[in-house]
Order: sequence, then structure tokens, then C-alpha cells
Amino acid sequence: MNSLIVLPILLPLLVGASCVVVWRYVAAQRILTLAGSIVYLAVAVVLLERVASEGIQAVQKGAWIAPFGITLVADMFSAVMVATTGVVTLVIVVYSLGTMDRAREAWGYYPLFNILIMGVSGAFLTGDIFNLFVWFEVLLISSFVLLALGGERAQLEGAIKYVTLNLVASAFFLAAVGILYAMAGSLNMADLSQRLGDVAQPGLVTTLAILFLVAFGIKGAIFPLFFWLPASYHTPPVAVSAIFGGLLTKVGVYALIRVFTLLFLNNVDYTHTIILWAGGITMVTGVLGAVAQYEFRRLLSFHIVSQIGYMVMGLGFFTPLALAGTVFFIVHNIFVKTNLFLVSGVSHRLHGTYDLKKLGGLYRAHPWIGMLFLLSALSLAGVPPLSGFFGKLVLIKAGLGIEQFVLVAAALGVSLLTLFSMTKIWAEAFWKPLPDGTAVKAPGGGMALLLGPIVTLAVLAVVMGVAAGPFFALAQQAGEQLLNPESYIRAVLGARGGS
Amino acid sequence: MEALLAIVIGVLYASGVYMLMRRSIVKLIIGLALLAHGASLLVFTAAGLTRAVPPVIPFGEKAITGTVADPLPQALILTAIVISFGVQAFAMVLAYRAYQTVGTDDLDDMKATDT
Repeated sequence: MNSLIVLPILLPLLVGASCVVVWRYVAAQRILTLAGSIVYLAVAVVLLERVASEGIQAVQKGAWIAPFGITLVADMFSAVMVATTGVVTLVIVVYSLGTMDRAREAWGYYPLFNILIMGVSGAFLTGDIFNLFVWFEVLLISSFVLLALGGERAQLEGAIKYVTLNLVASAFFLAAVGILYAMAGSLNMADLSQRLGDVAQPGLVTTLAILFLVAFGIKGAIFPLFFWLPASYHTPPVAVSAIFGGLLTKVGVYALIRVFTLLFLNNVDYTHTIILWAGGITMVTGVLGAVAQYEFRRLLSFHIVSQIGYMVMGLGFFTPLALAGTVFFIVHNIFVKTNLFLVSGVSHRLHGTYDLKKLGGLYRAHPWIGMLFLLSALSLAGVPPLSGFFGKLVLIKAGLGIEQFVLVAAALGVSLLTLFSMTKIWAEAFWKPLPDGTAVKAPGGGMALLLGPIVTLAVLAVVMGVAAGPFFALAQQAGEQLLNPESYIRAVLGARGGS
Repeated sequence: MEALLAIVIGVLYASGVYMLMRRSIVKLIIGLALLAHGASLLVFTAAGLTRAVPPVIPFGEKAITGTVADPLPQALILTAIVISFGVQAFAMVLAYRAYQTVGTDDLDDMKATDT
């Protein structure tokens, strides 16, 4: 029927499996992964275009009609996330070619990376809550290995914390899925959406909603469940840090948005108020943690937490404008956050350290690297006309619209602190002279592979800001679809859903 | 039967959480395993226990007659068990490598990433 939706899952699987076949030939693995990620991006763009022009796409695998078969759905939100994944994947693959060391490449970096992308795509496209659990496990297992690959002390310590907390979250998730099935008798999300409305005990549904909130809250790093993130994300190589920081936590946020716009709408006042305040506190604690840091990537890790807060807050506002702003903000944040991690890799290449106190003089030696960092940093803080400004503007406007003044004030204050800690990186790593008085090293060979991705993402941050219109139109469409689950249900269940 | 299993699940969860809070990595992994078992058993119990026949259509019939056991929760648990088996195997190897590299199994001494 419609095989386009399957491709973003199938393609990384095929490439990953082929990489295992040519295990001994790293060069072949590199070419395969690069080619695979280019095709993936093309497929993702075609899918996005198809969803934009023809509406929500759904496909039932195995020829079982919904709700019995395996359902894959691409609504606007899913399609946007898959397209974003495509861009980030391609960029990280190119960056990996220039930075990944031989040992990690020889021990399966490329197959693992592809399986990780398969898990992410699967989580974005599945229409079945148990399959969502399975895709989460797929991406988690490959992320565990990617995090620990190399076996440095910090990596192993970080991996233990990451693995433990994520397994606890998985246990919660599984228990919640089991209770959900017992209560509603279905696992298909569109079907569940209809059935949960007339369950005999609405109180139990709310309890279940909180169980899901905890499970996805750990995976998405929401206060007070985020402490594994700054303990682990700065330990692996930069390319891995960047894909984790840019993409992985957003899968948790995606799942949160999906279940709280499609399934748990019985008691919106209660659940979404909790989400709203959890988002607000996440925002503030994350940025306060970041202000105290002097390790480049650890500082960025705390900012991930802070920015997750904005997204969750947007879900808590629960208006069409807020959800559109959330979608826009997620895409912006994936690009910009990935880019900041990539820049930290360049400074590491030049100086061999991530410690801001030991860094310095980068701007004088390489003004263009400084400019590229500044574009992403200012975009993260929300300085116009860069992409972050419009994301925050929309969220704040949505907050003012429903008179959540405390949270709006918090969001603005957090922006200011974000700017402050970005200036700290600027002053320490780029502006001040090197502490030991030596000159900055000249960049070695192969810098094009590092700078190409950074330039691409910086250009995207500018384009998403200067020409925000078309991007925001897509986000708006995604927000509309999220708030009106009827079209999603109809696309999955066909005529039966309309009855 | 439900009441008994509910108590078993509660004990599994409680002992799992208790083990998670210990400082030794090995006990941490045992805690994760207990938690995973508790979750699997919870799925099994919540979906309804029945002594009914398996959902197989008898020879010569067109449809199932009478009450049958729901096979789906069992399929879910099977998937979950396979996943948790794989993940726990990985966690054990990870713990062993961490023990070799760091030289201790005490989680309170694993602070290299906290500063």
C-alpha cells in the first residue's frame, strides 16, 4: 500500500546490517552509512511533503486491519520529527567521518549508529503503544553501547547511571502499558484514544497518565528525574554526545506529547497542570545548573534539561498556538543544540580539553569558528532574528494568551540566564587569551569534515529565524493535528473511526 | 489467585527498589532484574487470570466458542522478557568493565562525571 512510511525504519536497518556484513572494512561501512543517511534524508523530505499535501498517512503491516495489525502512522508532527532526524543524522555522519577514532569505528560504531536511528524513526512513526516501548528499547540498547564504546573511566561511570535510570523508566513504561491494556483492551493508540473516553473508572486513567508521565519524564529528562543526563551526556565522543543531546531526549518529549494529546484527555485540568509546572521547574533548575558549570559539554547538557522545560511547558499550555510553538521549538533546539556540541568538538580538537578555564584565544586565532558558535549560542538564548527567538516568542505569546504570567516570567528569566551562560562560554573559550600564554594551534587536516556540518546547522538556525514563515506553517499544521485527534483516529481506523 | 499475585508483585517491586538503593553495582543489577520481573508479572495479572482454554479454533469450527485466555498479554510479556534479558546481560558486562576500570564496585566512589 503505502511503503513510504516504512522506509525510514527499514533503511537504517538495512544499512546497519550491511555494515555488520562488511565488519572488517571500515571504509565500506563509512560509505554505506553516508549513502544511507543521504537517502534517509531524501525519504524523510518526501514523506514530509506527502503528509503536508495529502494529510495523515497510515499503513497497516501484515495485512491485519487496525486495531489488530501493526500500525505505522505519520502525522505532521511525526513527519517533521523524521525530517529533522534526517538532517541531524546526515550532519553527524559527516562529522563522525572526521572525528571518530579508528578503534571505535572498528568496534561497530557505524552499525550501532544506524540501529539507533532505526529506533528513533520507529518511535516517531509507530501507532501502537507497545511498539513504542519496543522501539524505545531498540534505541536505548544501541545508545547504551554507543555511550560505553571505548571504555574510558568517565564513560563507564556515566553509562551505569544512564543505563540504570533508563531501565527503571522502561519498567515503569511496561507496567503502564500492561495496566492500560487491562483497562481499555487495546494497544493501538487511535483505538485507545476512543476507548479511554468511556472507561468505567476515570480516576484510574488519571493515575495511569501519571505513570506514563514518570516513565517518559525520566527518558525525556524532566525535573526531578533528569539527573542521569548531565552525569552521562558529556562522556562519549562529541559525535555521540551531539546525537544524544540533540535527538534522544526529544524522543522522550515526543512520546510525552503523543500520549498527552491523544490518550489522556479525561482530566486535562489535573494532568496538564502538573505537566505545566514540571516544565516550568525543569526550565529553571536546568539553567541554574548550567550557570555553575565550567566543563563545555556538561554546561550544554544542563541546557538540554532547561530547553526540555520549554517544550514540556508548551504541552502544558495545551492551546493550538502553544503546541505549534512546541513543535517549532523542538526542531530549532535539535539543530542548535547539536551544533553547539559539534563546536565543542572543534575546540577540543584544537586544545585537547573541554575545561573552559583552560581554553581561550579561539576567536583571535579562528574568528570564523567564533562566529559559527555565536550564531548557535545566540539562537539558543533566543536573540532575534535567529530561530530560537521565534520559538520562544510563540510559546510566550501562548502563555500570555491563557494568563500564565508566572511561567512566562520564568521563561523570560531563563532566556536571560541562558544568554549569560552562553556569554560565559564565549568569554572563556573564545575571547580571553590562553591561560598558559601559548598560541592557539593551527587546525590539522580534515577540518572540512568538522566545519561542513557546523556551517550547515548554523545556516539552518539563521534560515529558520529569517524565513520562519514556512517552518512555522508546518508547525502550526502539526499543532492543529495534535489538538484534534479525530483526523489521526480516522486515518488509522478508517471509516470505523468516524462512527 | 489475583490477591496472591498482587502480593508477589508488591514484594518484587519493593525488593527491587531496595536493591536499587544499595551502593554495590551487582545489587543494583539484581534490583533492575527484580523490577523487570515485577513489571512482567503485573502485565500478566492485570490483563486477567483465567483457567479457560487456549485461544485455538477447534478442528472443523469457524470461530472460537466459549471463553478463552487472552494470548496478547503473554505475547507482550514474552517480548518484554527477551528485551530485559538482553539488557541485563549488557548491564552485567558493563558493571564488570566498570569494576575493572574504576577498581571498585561502590557507586559512591564513581564520581568522575560529577564535577
